[in-house]
Amino acid sequence: MIGQSPLRTVIAHAVLILGILIVAFPIYYTFVASTQTLQTILRPPLPLLPGDQFWNNYTEALFGGVGRIGGVSVGRLLLNTTVMALGIAVGKIFISILSAYAIVFFRFPLRMVFFWLIFITLMLPVEVRILPTYKVMVDLGMIDTYAGLIIPLIASATATLLFRQFFMTIPGELVEAARVDGAGPWRFFFDILLPLSRTNIAALFVILFIYGWTQYLWPLLVTNSSNMNTIVIALRKMVSFADADTQWNLVMVTAMLAIVPPILVVVLMQRWFVRGLVDSEK
Amino acid sequence: MTPRVVFPNKILPYLLVAPQLAITLVFFYWPAGQAFYQSMLRQDPFGLRTKFVWFANFRKVLADPAYLNSIKVTVVFSLATAIVAMCVALLLAVMAEKVVRGKGLYRTLLIWPYAVAPAIAGMLWLFLFNPSIGSLAYMLRSFGIAWDPLLNGTHAMILLVSAAAWKQISYNFLFFVAGLQAVPKALIEAAAMDGAGETKRFWTIVFPLLAPTTFFLLVVNTVYALFDTFGIVHAVTGGGPGKTTETLVYKVYNDGFVNLILGDSAAQSVILMVIVISLTAIQFRYVERKVHYG
Repeated sequence: MIGQSPLRTVIAHAVLILGILIVAFPIYYTFVASTQTLQTILRPPLPLLPGDQFWNNYTEALFGGVGRIGGVSVGRLLLNTTVMALGIAVGKIFISILSAYAIVFFRFPLRMVFFWLIFITLMLPVEVRILPTYKVMVDLGMIDTYAGLIIPLIASATATLLFRQFFMTIPGELVEAARVDGAGPWRFFFDILLPLSRTNIAALFVILFIYGWTQYLWPLLVTNSSNMNTIVIALRKMVSFADADTQWNLVMVTAMLAIVPPILVVVLMQRWFVRGLVDSEK
Repeated sequence: MTPRVVFPNKILPYLLVAPQLAITLVFFYWPAGQAFYQSMLRQDPFGLRTKFVWFANFRKVLADPAYLNSIKVTVVFSLATAIVAMCVALLLAVMAEKVVRGKGLYRTLLIWPYAVAPAIAGMLWLFLFNPSIGSLAYMLRSFGIAWDPLLNGTHAMILLVSAAAWKQISYNFLFFVAGLQAVPKALIEAAAMDGAGETKRFWTIVFPLLAPTTFFLLVVNTVYALFDTFGIVHAVTGGGPGKTTETLVYKVYNDGFVNLILGDSAAQSVILMVIVISLTAIQFRYVERKVHYG
Protein backbone atom coordinates (compact mmCIF):
# COMPACT_ATOMS: atom_id res chain seq x y z
CA MET A 1 0.00 0.00 0.00
CA ILE A 2 1.28 3.39 -0.95
CA GLY A 3 1.27 5.94 1.78
CA GLN A 4 -1.02 8.87 1.30
CA SER A 5 -0.65 12.35 2.68
CA PRO A 6 -3.36 13.26 5.20
CA LEU A 7 -4.24 16.27 3.07
CA ARG A 8 -5.22 14.06 0.15
CA THR A 9 -7.39 11.94 2.40
CA VAL A 10 -9.12 15.05 3.63
CA ILE A 11 -9.68 16.19 0.06
CA ALA A 12 -11.10 12.76 -0.84
CA HIS A 13 -13.56 12.96 2.04
CA ALA A 14 -14.50 16.51 1.12
CA VAL A 15 -15.19 15.56 -2.52
CA LEU A 16 -17.26 12.58 -1.45
CA ILE A 17 -19.30 14.64 0.98
CA LEU A 18 -19.89 17.23 -1.69
CA GLY A 19 -20.97 14.44 -4.05
CA ILE A 20 -23.38 13.10 -1.49
CA LEU A 21 -24.81 16.56 -0.96
CA ILE A 22 -25.52 16.87 -4.69
CA VAL A 23 -26.90 13.37 -4.91
CA ALA A 24 -29.03 13.56 -1.80
CA PHE A 25 -30.14 17.16 -1.94
CA PRO A 26 -33.11 16.86 -4.34
CA ILE A 27 -34.51 13.98 -2.31
CA TYR A 28 -33.89 15.68 1.02
CA TYR A 29 -35.49 18.88 -0.19
CA THR A 30 -38.54 16.97 -1.38
CA PHE A 31 -38.84 15.62 2.13
CA VAL A 32 -38.50 19.11 3.56
CA ALA A 33 -41.17 20.40 1.19
CA SER A 34 -43.46 17.54 2.14
CA THR A 35 -43.48 18.78 5.74
CA GLN A 36 -44.31 22.42 5.01
CA THR A 37 -47.54 24.27 4.48
CA LEU A 38 -48.51 25.20 0.94
CA GLN A 39 -47.96 28.88 1.74
CA THR A 40 -44.35 28.26 2.77
CA ILE A 41 -43.64 26.34 -0.41
CA LEU A 42 -45.09 29.06 -2.60
CA ARG A 43 -42.71 31.65 -1.15
CA PRO A 44 -39.16 30.60 -2.01
CA PRO A 45 -36.61 30.05 -0.72
CA LEU A 46 -37.79 27.09 1.25
CA PRO A 47 -36.24 26.59 4.69
CA LEU A 48 -33.49 23.97 4.86
CA LEU A 49 -35.06 22.15 7.79
CA PRO A 50 -38.28 20.12 7.87
CA GLY A 51 -41.41 21.99 8.97
CA ASP A 52 -44.11 20.93 11.40
CA GLN A 53 -46.73 19.76 8.90
CA PHE A 54 -45.51 16.18 8.62
CA TRP A 55 -48.59 14.53 10.11
CA ASN A 56 -51.06 16.90 8.51
CA ASN A 57 -49.69 16.51 5.01
CA TYR A 58 -49.11 12.78 5.13
CA THR A 59 -52.50 11.93 6.60
CA GLU A 60 -54.17 14.33 4.19
CA ALA A 61 -52.43 12.77 1.18
CA LEU A 62 -52.91 9.19 2.33
CA PHE A 63 -56.47 9.37 3.63
CA GLY A 64 -57.93 12.63 2.37
CA GLY A 65 -57.67 11.68 -1.29
CA VAL A 66 -55.92 14.04 -3.60
CA GLY A 67 -58.41 15.74 -5.89
CA ARG A 68 -56.24 16.16 -8.93
CA ILE A 69 -55.73 12.52 -9.57
CA GLY A 70 -59.39 11.90 -10.10
CA GLY A 71 -60.24 11.03 -6.53
CA VAL A 72 -57.93 8.02 -6.47
CA SER A 73 -56.27 7.49 -3.12
CA VAL A 74 -52.52 7.35 -2.84
CA GLY A 75 -52.99 3.91 -1.30
CA ARG A 76 -54.56 2.65 -4.52
CA LEU A 77 -51.71 4.14 -6.57
CA LEU A 78 -49.14 2.48 -4.34
CA LEU A 79 -51.01 -0.79 -4.64
CA ASN A 80 -51.03 -0.56 -8.45
CA THR A 81 -47.35 0.22 -8.55
CA THR A 82 -46.47 -2.56 -6.12
CA VAL A 83 -48.51 -5.11 -8.07
CA MET A 84 -46.81 -4.01 -11.27
CA ALA A 85 -43.28 -4.06 -9.85
CA LEU A 86 -43.72 -7.43 -8.12
CA GLY A 87 -45.51 -8.91 -11.11
CA ILE A 88 -42.74 -7.89 -13.46
CA ALA A 89 -39.98 -9.10 -11.15
CA VAL A 90 -41.57 -12.47 -10.41
CA GLY A 91 -42.90 -13.01 -13.92
CA LYS A 92 -39.64 -12.19 -15.60
CA ILE A 93 -37.63 -14.45 -13.32
CA PHE A 94 -40.15 -17.25 -13.78
CA ILE A 95 -40.31 -17.30 -17.57
CA SER A 96 -36.65 -16.63 -18.11
CA ILE A 97 -35.37 -19.27 -15.71
CA LEU A 98 -37.55 -21.82 -17.52
CA SER A 99 -36.40 -20.88 -20.98
CA ALA A 100 -32.76 -20.69 -19.92
CA TYR A 101 -33.15 -24.14 -18.38
CA ALA A 102 -34.50 -25.50 -21.65
CA ILE A 103 -31.78 -23.88 -23.73
CA VAL A 104 -28.86 -25.06 -21.58
CA PHE A 105 -29.94 -28.49 -20.36
CA PHE A 106 -31.79 -29.91 -23.35
CA ARG A 107 -30.93 -30.50 -26.96
CA PHE A 108 -33.80 -30.04 -29.36
CA PRO A 109 -34.41 -28.87 -32.90
CA LEU A 110 -34.73 -25.08 -33.23
CA ARG A 111 -32.94 -24.57 -29.91
CA MET A 112 -30.61 -21.92 -31.28
CA VAL A 113 -33.42 -20.32 -33.27
CA PHE A 114 -35.34 -19.82 -30.03
CA PHE A 115 -32.25 -18.50 -28.31
CA TRP A 116 -31.74 -15.88 -31.01
CA LEU A 117 -35.41 -14.98 -31.07
CA ILE A 118 -35.17 -14.20 -27.36
CA PHE A 119 -31.80 -12.53 -27.69
CA ILE A 120 -32.91 -10.11 -30.40
CA THR A 121 -35.65 -8.68 -28.16
CA LEU A 122 -32.78 -6.80 -26.48
CA MET A 123 -32.92 -4.57 -29.51
CA LEU A 124 -36.65 -3.90 -29.46
CA PRO A 125 -37.41 -1.73 -26.42
CA VAL A 126 -40.97 -0.44 -26.04
CA GLU A 127 -39.88 2.95 -27.29
CA VAL A 128 -39.30 1.72 -30.82
CA ARG A 129 -42.68 0.05 -31.24
CA ILE A 130 -44.99 2.29 -29.27
CA LEU A 131 -48.04 2.45 -31.52
CA PRO A 132 -48.25 -1.12 -32.82
CA THR A 133 -47.79 -2.51 -29.31
CA TYR A 134 -50.55 -0.24 -28.10
CA LYS A 135 -52.77 -1.60 -30.85
CA VAL A 136 -52.05 -5.18 -29.79
CA MET A 137 -53.01 -4.23 -26.25
CA VAL A 138 -56.30 -2.75 -27.43
CA ASP A 139 -57.08 -5.80 -29.57
CA LEU A 140 -56.41 -8.12 -26.66
CA GLY A 141 -58.52 -5.99 -24.29
CA MET A 142 -55.56 -5.46 -21.98
CA ILE A 143 -55.88 -1.69 -21.53
CA ASP A 144 -56.40 -0.75 -17.88
CA THR A 145 -55.62 -4.20 -16.55
CA TYR A 146 -52.81 -5.46 -14.35
CA ALA A 147 -52.08 -8.10 -16.99
CA GLY A 148 -51.60 -5.31 -19.50
CA LEU A 149 -49.22 -3.50 -17.21
CA ILE A 150 -47.19 -6.59 -16.45
CA ILE A 151 -47.16 -9.27 -19.15
CA PRO A 152 -45.68 -7.34 -22.09
CA LEU A 153 -42.79 -6.25 -19.90
CA ILE A 154 -41.83 -9.67 -18.54
CA ALA A 155 -40.34 -10.93 -21.77
CA SER A 156 -36.84 -9.65 -22.19
CA ALA A 157 -33.55 -11.12 -23.01
CA THR A 158 -31.41 -9.86 -20.12
CA ALA A 159 -32.73 -12.22 -17.44
CA THR A 160 -32.63 -15.19 -19.78
CA LEU A 161 -29.06 -14.40 -20.77
CA LEU A 162 -28.05 -14.04 -17.15
CA PHE A 163 -29.50 -17.42 -16.17
CA ARG A 164 -28.04 -19.04 -19.26
CA GLN A 165 -24.61 -17.73 -18.40
CA PHE A 166 -24.91 -19.01 -14.85
CA PHE A 167 -26.29 -22.41 -15.88
CA MET A 168 -23.40 -22.93 -18.24
CA THR A 169 -20.98 -22.75 -15.31
CA ILE A 170 -22.70 -25.69 -13.63
CA PRO A 171 -20.49 -28.74 -14.20
CA GLY A 172 -21.86 -31.52 -16.38
CA GLU A 173 -20.87 -34.02 -13.68
CA LEU A 174 -23.62 -32.64 -11.51
CA VAL A 175 -26.23 -33.35 -14.16
CA GLU A 176 -24.74 -36.76 -14.76
CA ALA A 177 -24.73 -37.61 -11.06
CA ALA A 178 -28.34 -36.53 -10.78
CA ARG A 179 -29.31 -38.67 -13.73
CA VAL A 180 -27.42 -41.70 -12.40
CA ASP A 181 -29.30 -41.28 -9.16
CA GLY A 182 -32.50 -41.38 -11.13
CA ALA A 183 -33.50 -37.73 -10.92
CA GLY A 184 -35.63 -36.51 -13.80
CA PRO A 185 -35.48 -33.00 -15.22
CA TRP A 186 -38.00 -31.59 -12.75
CA ARG A 187 -36.30 -33.14 -9.76
CA PHE A 188 -32.98 -31.74 -10.95
CA PHE A 189 -34.54 -28.33 -11.50
CA PHE A 190 -36.14 -28.04 -8.08
CA ASP A 191 -33.59 -29.85 -5.92
CA ILE A 192 -30.34 -28.72 -7.49
CA LEU A 193 -30.70 -25.88 -9.96
CA LEU A 194 -33.07 -23.62 -7.99
CA PRO A 195 -31.09 -23.75 -4.73
CA LEU A 196 -27.90 -23.02 -6.67
CA SER A 197 -29.54 -20.04 -8.39
CA ARG A 198 -30.77 -18.45 -5.17
CA THR A 199 -28.29 -15.59 -5.14
CA ASN A 200 -28.83 -14.84 -8.82
CA ILE A 201 -32.58 -14.80 -8.30
CA ALA A 202 -32.31 -12.45 -5.33
CA ALA A 203 -30.01 -10.10 -7.20
CA LEU A 204 -32.19 -10.10 -10.27
CA PHE A 205 -35.29 -9.56 -8.17
CA VAL A 206 -33.97 -6.30 -6.75
CA ILE A 207 -33.04 -4.94 -10.17
CA LEU A 208 -36.33 -5.97 -11.74
CA PHE A 209 -38.39 -4.58 -8.88
CA ILE A 210 -36.78 -1.18 -9.40
CA TYR A 211 -37.23 -1.55 -13.14
CA GLY A 212 -40.94 -2.24 -12.70
CA TRP A 213 -41.45 0.50 -10.15
CA THR A 214 -39.85 3.19 -12.28
CA GLN A 215 -41.61 2.38 -15.56
CA TYR A 216 -43.08 5.43 -17.22
CA LEU A 217 -43.87 5.12 -20.92
CA TRP A 218 -45.62 1.77 -20.63
CA PRO A 219 -48.10 2.63 -17.85
CA LEU A 220 -48.69 5.95 -19.60
CA LEU A 221 -49.80 4.04 -22.70
CA VAL A 222 -51.87 1.24 -21.22
CA THR A 223 -53.72 3.01 -18.43
CA ASN A 224 -56.51 5.40 -19.24
CA SER A 225 -58.51 5.23 -16.04
CA SER A 226 -56.98 6.97 -13.03
CA ASN A 227 -57.82 3.89 -11.00
CA MET A 228 -55.12 1.93 -12.77
CA ASN A 229 -52.42 4.59 -12.81
CA THR A 230 -49.09 3.94 -11.21
CA ILE A 231 -47.88 6.48 -8.71
CA VAL A 232 -45.28 7.88 -11.10
CA ILE A 233 -47.91 8.64 -13.75
CA ALA A 234 -50.34 10.04 -11.19
CA LEU A 235 -47.64 12.32 -9.85
CA ARG A 236 -47.04 13.63 -13.35
CA LYS A 237 -50.73 14.44 -13.61
CA MET A 238 -50.72 16.28 -10.28
CA VAL A 239 -47.83 18.52 -11.16
CA SER A 240 -48.66 21.68 -12.97
CA PHE A 241 -46.36 24.61 -12.67
CA ALA A 242 -48.61 26.91 -14.61
CA ASP A 243 -51.50 26.23 -12.29
CA ALA A 244 -51.76 28.28 -9.12
CA ASP A 245 -53.81 25.74 -7.21
CA THR A 246 -51.39 22.82 -7.37
CA GLN A 247 -51.27 21.46 -3.83
CA TRP A 248 -47.51 21.38 -3.63
CA ASN A 249 -47.33 20.09 -0.09
CA LEU A 250 -49.44 17.04 -1.05
CA VAL A 251 -47.59 16.59 -4.34
CA MET A 252 -44.36 16.42 -2.38
CA VAL A 253 -45.80 13.82 -0.01
CA THR A 254 -46.83 11.75 -3.01
CA ALA A 255 -43.35 12.16 -4.48
CA MET A 256 -41.83 10.91 -1.22
CA LEU A 257 -44.17 7.92 -1.18
CA ALA A 258 -43.22 7.17 -4.78
CA ILE A 259 -39.48 7.18 -4.19
CA VAL A 260 -39.09 5.78 -0.70
CA PRO A 261 -40.12 2.14 -1.36
CA PRO A 262 -37.60 1.52 -4.17
CA ILE A 263 -34.91 3.42 -2.26
CA LEU A 264 -35.51 1.18 0.74
CA VAL A 265 -35.22 -1.88 -1.47
CA VAL A 266 -31.93 -0.65 -2.90
CA VAL A 267 -30.43 0.36 0.43
CA LEU A 268 -31.61 -2.64 2.47
CA MET A 269 -30.78 -5.19 -0.19
CA GLN A 270 -27.63 -3.39 -1.24
CA ARG A 271 -25.51 -6.50 -1.55
CA TRP A 272 -27.92 -8.16 -3.98
CA PHE A 273 -28.52 -4.90 -5.77
CA VAL A 274 -24.86 -4.27 -6.56
CA ARG A 275 -24.41 -7.85 -7.61
CA GLY A 276 -27.49 -7.88 -9.78
CA LEU A 277 -26.54 -4.65 -11.45
CA VAL A 278 -23.01 -5.67 -12.27
CA ASP A 279 -24.01 -9.19 -13.35
CA SER A 280 -27.03 -8.39 -15.45
CA GLU A 281 -25.18 -5.85 -17.52
CA LYS A 282 -22.16 -7.99 -18.25
CA MET B 1 -18.90 -24.42 -25.66
CA THR B 2 -18.11 -27.98 -24.66
CA PRO B 3 -20.76 -30.64 -25.32
CA ARG B 4 -22.80 -30.86 -22.14
CA VAL B 5 -24.62 -33.59 -20.39
CA VAL B 6 -28.28 -33.04 -21.16
CA PHE B 7 -31.67 -34.51 -20.47
CA PRO B 8 -33.11 -36.61 -23.26
CA ASN B 9 -36.71 -35.32 -23.13
CA LYS B 10 -38.24 -34.39 -26.45
CA ILE B 11 -41.36 -32.37 -25.60
CA LEU B 12 -40.48 -30.78 -22.26
CA PRO B 13 -37.99 -28.20 -23.58
CA TYR B 14 -40.62 -26.78 -25.92
CA LEU B 15 -43.02 -26.38 -23.03
CA LEU B 16 -40.30 -24.64 -21.03
CA VAL B 17 -39.55 -22.01 -23.67
CA ALA B 18 -43.21 -21.63 -24.67
CA PRO B 19 -44.24 -18.87 -22.21
CA GLN B 20 -41.34 -16.61 -23.03
CA LEU B 21 -41.62 -17.29 -26.72
CA ALA B 22 -45.35 -16.60 -26.79
CA ILE B 23 -44.94 -13.25 -25.06
CA THR B 24 -41.99 -12.37 -27.24
CA LEU B 25 -43.87 -13.11 -30.44
CA VAL B 26 -47.09 -11.33 -29.44
CA PHE B 27 -45.60 -8.25 -27.83
CA PHE B 28 -42.26 -7.85 -29.62
CA TYR B 29 -42.11 -9.40 -33.08
CA TRP B 30 -45.68 -8.80 -34.15
CA PRO B 31 -45.66 -5.07 -33.20
CA ALA B 32 -42.15 -4.61 -34.59
CA GLY B 33 -43.32 -6.18 -37.84
CA GLN B 34 -46.34 -3.87 -37.81
CA ALA B 35 -44.06 -0.89 -37.34
CA PHE B 36 -42.09 -1.94 -40.42
CA TYR B 37 -45.25 -2.42 -42.44
CA GLN B 38 -46.86 0.86 -41.33
CA SER B 39 -43.67 2.75 -42.01
CA MET B 40 -44.37 2.14 -45.69
CA LEU B 41 -48.04 3.13 -45.60
CA ARG B 42 -49.60 6.52 -45.85
CA GLN B 43 -53.13 7.45 -44.79
CA ASP B 44 -55.16 10.28 -46.18
CA PRO B 45 -56.00 12.99 -43.61
CA PHE B 46 -59.37 11.43 -42.79
CA GLY B 47 -57.95 7.95 -42.28
CA LEU B 48 -60.22 6.56 -44.99
CA ARG B 49 -57.73 5.30 -47.51
CA THR B 50 -54.31 3.79 -46.98
CA LYS B 51 -51.70 3.63 -49.66
CA PHE B 52 -48.48 1.63 -49.86
CA VAL B 53 -45.72 4.14 -50.49
CA TRP B 54 -42.47 2.17 -50.06
CA PHE B 55 -39.85 4.45 -48.51
CA ALA B 56 -41.62 7.76 -49.05
CA ASN B 57 -42.28 8.14 -45.31
CA PHE B 58 -38.59 7.73 -44.57
CA ARG B 59 -37.67 10.30 -47.17
CA LYS B 60 -40.27 12.66 -45.78
CA VAL B 61 -39.16 12.17 -42.16
CA LEU B 62 -35.48 12.51 -42.95
CA ALA B 63 -36.09 15.69 -44.94
CA ASP B 64 -38.25 17.20 -42.19
CA PRO B 65 -36.42 20.06 -40.41
CA ALA B 66 -38.29 19.20 -37.20
CA TYR B 67 -36.90 15.67 -37.33
CA LEU B 68 -33.37 16.85 -38.06
CA ASN B 69 -33.72 19.24 -35.16
CA SER B 70 -34.76 16.43 -32.87
CA ILE B 71 -31.75 14.38 -34.00
CA LYS B 72 -29.54 17.30 -33.02
CA VAL B 73 -31.34 17.70 -29.70
CA THR B 74 -30.95 13.99 -29.00
CA VAL B 75 -27.24 13.95 -29.79
CA VAL B 76 -26.55 16.98 -27.59
CA PHE B 77 -28.70 15.65 -24.79
CA SER B 78 -27.27 12.11 -24.86
CA LEU B 79 -23.64 13.14 -25.06
CA ALA B 80 -23.98 15.81 -22.38
CA THR B 81 -25.81 13.41 -20.06
CA ALA B 82 -23.32 10.60 -20.60
CA ILE B 83 -20.28 12.84 -20.14
CA VAL B 84 -21.56 14.64 -17.05
CA ALA B 85 -22.78 11.47 -15.38
CA MET B 86 -19.54 9.61 -16.13
CA CYS B 87 -17.14 12.37 -15.10
CA VAL B 88 -18.85 12.97 -11.76
CA ALA B 89 -19.08 9.24 -11.11
CA LEU B 90 -15.43 8.63 -11.98
CA LEU B 91 -14.30 11.43 -9.69
CA LEU B 92 -16.38 10.06 -6.84
CA ALA B 93 -15.23 6.50 -7.46
CA VAL B 94 -11.56 7.51 -7.44
CA MET B 95 -12.09 9.40 -4.20
CA ALA B 96 -13.98 6.48 -2.67
CA GLU B 97 -11.02 4.23 -3.48
CA LYS B 98 -8.76 6.47 -1.44
CA VAL B 99 -10.70 6.59 1.77
CA VAL B 100 -10.59 3.74 4.21
CA ARG B 101 -13.05 4.95 6.78
CA GLY B 102 -16.71 5.30 5.86
CA LYS B 103 -16.42 3.61 2.47
CA GLY B 104 -19.60 1.60 2.96
CA LEU B 105 -21.54 4.59 4.19
CA TYR B 106 -20.47 6.71 1.23
CA ARG B 107 -21.52 3.99 -1.15
CA THR B 108 -24.91 3.61 0.49
CA LEU B 109 -25.55 7.32 0.29
CA LEU B 110 -24.46 7.53 -3.33
CA ILE B 111 -26.52 4.73 -4.82
CA TRP B 112 -30.07 5.75 -4.00
CA PRO B 113 -30.89 7.97 -6.97
CA TYR B 114 -30.77 4.75 -8.98
CA ALA B 115 -34.10 3.85 -7.40
CA VAL B 116 -35.77 7.11 -8.38
CA ALA B 117 -37.86 6.93 -11.55
CA PRO B 118 -36.42 9.19 -14.28
CA ALA B 119 -39.72 11.07 -14.52
CA ILE B 120 -39.69 11.76 -10.78
CA ALA B 121 -36.04 12.80 -10.93
CA GLY B 122 -37.10 15.30 -13.57
CA MET B 123 -39.97 16.59 -11.46
CA LEU B 124 -37.78 16.99 -8.38
CA TRP B 125 -35.27 19.03 -10.36
CA LEU B 126 -38.02 21.08 -11.89
CA PHE B 127 -39.39 21.72 -8.41
CA LEU B 128 -36.00 23.06 -7.36
CA PHE B 129 -35.41 25.06 -10.50
CA ASN B 130 -38.79 26.24 -11.73
CA PRO B 131 -38.94 30.01 -11.98
CA SER B 132 -41.94 30.69 -9.74
CA ILE B 133 -41.43 28.55 -6.65
CA GLY B 134 -38.07 26.80 -7.11
CA SER B 135 -35.68 27.57 -4.28
CA LEU B 136 -32.55 27.10 -6.36
CA ALA B 137 -34.03 29.17 -9.17
CA TYR B 138 -34.57 31.86 -6.57
CA MET B 139 -30.89 31.64 -5.65
CA LEU B 140 -29.83 31.83 -9.29
CA ARG B 141 -31.96 34.90 -9.77
CA SER B 142 -30.50 36.55 -6.71
CA PHE B 143 -27.09 36.09 -8.37
CA GLY B 144 -28.48 38.01 -11.31
CA ILE B 145 -29.00 35.10 -13.69
CA ALA B 146 -32.22 35.39 -15.68
CA TRP B 147 -33.03 31.74 -15.18
CA ASP B 148 -36.17 30.42 -16.82
CA PRO B 149 -36.22 26.83 -18.09
CA LEU B 150 -39.87 27.20 -19.12
CA LEU B 151 -39.08 29.87 -21.70
CA ASN B 152 -35.38 29.51 -22.48
CA GLY B 153 -34.44 26.43 -24.50
CA THR B 154 -30.84 26.29 -23.31
CA HIS B 155 -31.94 26.47 -19.69
CA ALA B 156 -34.50 23.73 -20.31
CA MET B 157 -31.78 21.53 -21.80
CA ILE B 158 -29.45 22.18 -18.86
CA LEU B 159 -32.23 21.20 -16.48
CA LEU B 160 -32.96 17.97 -18.37
CA VAL B 161 -29.30 17.02 -18.57
CA SER B 162 -28.81 17.66 -14.84
CA ALA B 163 -31.79 15.53 -13.88
CA ALA B 164 -30.88 12.72 -16.29
CA ALA B 165 -27.20 12.73 -15.29
CA TRP B 166 -28.05 12.96 -11.58
CA LYS B 167 -30.02 9.75 -11.76
CA GLN B 168 -27.26 7.93 -13.63
CA ILE B 169 -24.37 8.84 -11.29
CA SER B 170 -25.08 5.91 -8.95
CA TYR B 171 -24.96 3.38 -11.71
CA ASN B 172 -21.70 4.66 -13.16
CA PHE B 173 -20.20 5.00 -9.70
CA LEU B 174 -20.75 1.31 -8.92
CA PHE B 175 -19.20 0.23 -12.21
CA PHE B 176 -16.22 2.52 -11.84
CA VAL B 177 -15.62 1.26 -8.30
CA ALA B 178 -15.68 -2.31 -9.60
CA GLY B 179 -13.34 -1.31 -12.42
CA LEU B 180 -10.91 0.42 -10.06
CA GLN B 181 -10.77 -2.58 -7.79
CA ALA B 182 -9.71 -4.71 -10.72
CA VAL B 183 -6.63 -2.56 -11.43
CA PRO B 184 -3.61 -4.55 -10.20
CA LYS B 185 -2.10 -2.88 -7.13
CA ALA B 186 1.36 -4.10 -8.08
CA LEU B 187 1.40 -1.90 -11.17
CA ILE B 188 0.53 1.17 -9.16
CA GLU B 189 3.13 0.39 -6.52
CA ALA B 190 5.78 -0.16 -9.17
CA ALA B 191 4.99 3.20 -10.71
CA ALA B 192 5.09 4.85 -7.29
CA MET B 193 8.55 3.39 -6.71
CA ASP B 194 9.67 4.77 -10.05
CA GLY B 195 8.65 8.14 -8.72
CA ALA B 196 5.38 8.72 -10.55
CA GLY B 197 3.09 11.05 -8.60
CA GLU B 198 -0.51 10.35 -7.90
CA THR B 199 -1.88 12.34 -10.82
CA LYS B 200 0.56 10.78 -13.23
CA ARG B 201 -0.21 7.29 -11.92
CA PHE B 202 -3.89 7.89 -12.52
CA TRP B 203 -3.58 9.11 -16.10
CA THR B 204 -0.89 6.68 -17.27
CA ILE B 205 -1.97 3.49 -15.50
CA VAL B 206 -5.39 3.55 -13.91
CA PHE B 207 -7.29 5.45 -16.57
CA PRO B 208 -6.06 3.36 -19.53
CA LEU B 209 -6.83 0.17 -17.63
CA LEU B 210 -10.33 1.47 -16.98
CA ALA B 211 -10.90 1.90 -20.73
CA PRO B 212 -13.14 -1.18 -21.12
CA THR B 213 -15.33 -0.02 -18.22
CA THR B 214 -15.44 3.52 -19.57
CA PHE B 215 -16.35 2.34 -23.04
CA PHE B 216 -19.03 0.02 -21.73
CA LEU B 217 -20.52 2.82 -19.63
CA LEU B 218 -20.42 5.20 -22.57
CA VAL B 219 -22.61 2.83 -24.58
CA VAL B 220 -24.95 2.10 -21.66
CA ASN B 221 -25.31 5.78 -20.80
CA THR B 222 -26.03 6.70 -24.40
CA VAL B 223 -28.75 4.06 -24.58
CA TYR B 224 -30.12 5.32 -21.27
CA ALA B 225 -30.15 8.92 -22.47
CA LEU B 226 -31.78 7.90 -25.73
CA PHE B 227 -34.59 5.79 -24.37
CA ASP B 228 -35.07 5.75 -20.61
CA THR B 229 -35.24 9.51 -20.39
CA PHE B 230 -38.56 9.74 -22.17
CA GLY B 231 -40.14 10.18 -18.74
CA ILE B 232 -37.91 13.13 -17.92
CA VAL B 233 -38.70 14.94 -21.15
CA HIS B 234 -42.41 14.15 -20.92
CA ALA B 235 -42.71 15.19 -17.30
CA VAL B 236 -40.47 18.25 -17.32
CA THR B 237 -40.60 20.07 -20.63
CA GLY B 238 -42.93 18.17 -22.95
CA GLY B 239 -40.38 18.82 -25.69
CA GLY B 240 -40.58 22.57 -25.21
CA PRO B 241 -40.06 25.42 -25.09
CA GLY B 242 -40.60 25.44 -28.83
CA LYS B 243 -39.00 22.18 -29.92
CA THR B 244 -35.73 22.75 -28.13
CA THR B 245 -35.89 19.58 -26.03
CA GLU B 246 -37.82 17.26 -28.32
CA THR B 247 -35.78 14.05 -28.39
CA LEU B 248 -36.29 11.30 -30.96
CA VAL B 249 -38.26 9.05 -28.65
CA TYR B 250 -40.44 11.91 -27.50
CA LYS B 251 -41.15 12.80 -31.13
CA VAL B 252 -42.18 9.24 -31.99
CA TYR B 253 -44.62 9.34 -29.10
CA ASN B 254 -45.87 12.81 -29.92
CA ASP B 255 -46.34 12.24 -33.65
CA GLY B 256 -47.95 8.86 -33.20
CA PHE B 257 -50.00 9.30 -30.07
CA VAL B 258 -50.81 12.96 -29.88
CA ASN B 259 -50.75 14.09 -33.51
CA LEU B 260 -51.73 10.69 -34.93
CA ILE B 261 -49.44 10.81 -37.98
CA LEU B 262 -49.09 7.05 -38.12
CA GLY B 263 -46.84 6.56 -41.13
CA ASP B 264 -44.29 9.12 -39.97
CA SER B 265 -44.30 7.79 -36.44
CA ALA B 266 -43.76 4.23 -37.68
CA ALA B 267 -40.91 5.34 -39.94
CA GLN B 268 -39.32 7.06 -36.95
CA SER B 269 -39.75 3.87 -34.92
CA VAL B 270 -37.89 1.93 -37.57
CA ILE B 271 -35.08 4.48 -37.61
CA LEU B 272 -34.84 4.19 -33.82
CA MET B 273 -34.74 0.42 -34.15
CA VAL B 274 -31.75 0.72 -36.46
CA ILE B 275 -30.03 2.96 -33.89
CA VAL B 276 -30.63 0.49 -31.05
CA ILE B 277 -29.45 -2.42 -33.15
CA SER B 278 -26.20 -0.67 -34.02
CA LEU B 279 -25.58 0.37 -30.41
CA THR B 280 -26.24 -3.17 -29.18
CA ALA B 281 -23.96 -4.54 -31.85
CA ILE B 282 -21.20 -2.16 -30.80
CA GLN B 283 -21.72 -3.09 -27.18
CA PHE B 284 -21.45 -6.79 -27.86
CA ARG B 285 -18.62 -6.58 -30.30
CA TYR B 286 -16.35 -4.53 -28.10
CA VAL B 287 -17.57 -5.11 -24.61
CA GLU B 288 -18.32 -8.82 -24.60
CA ARG B 289 -14.81 -9.59 -25.76
CA LYS B 290 -13.49 -7.50 -22.92
CA VAL B 291 -10.80 -5.77 -24.91
CA HIS B 292 -8.00 -4.53 -22.76
CA TYR B 293 -5.83 -1.80 -24.04
CA GLY B 294 -3.34 -2.05 -21.21
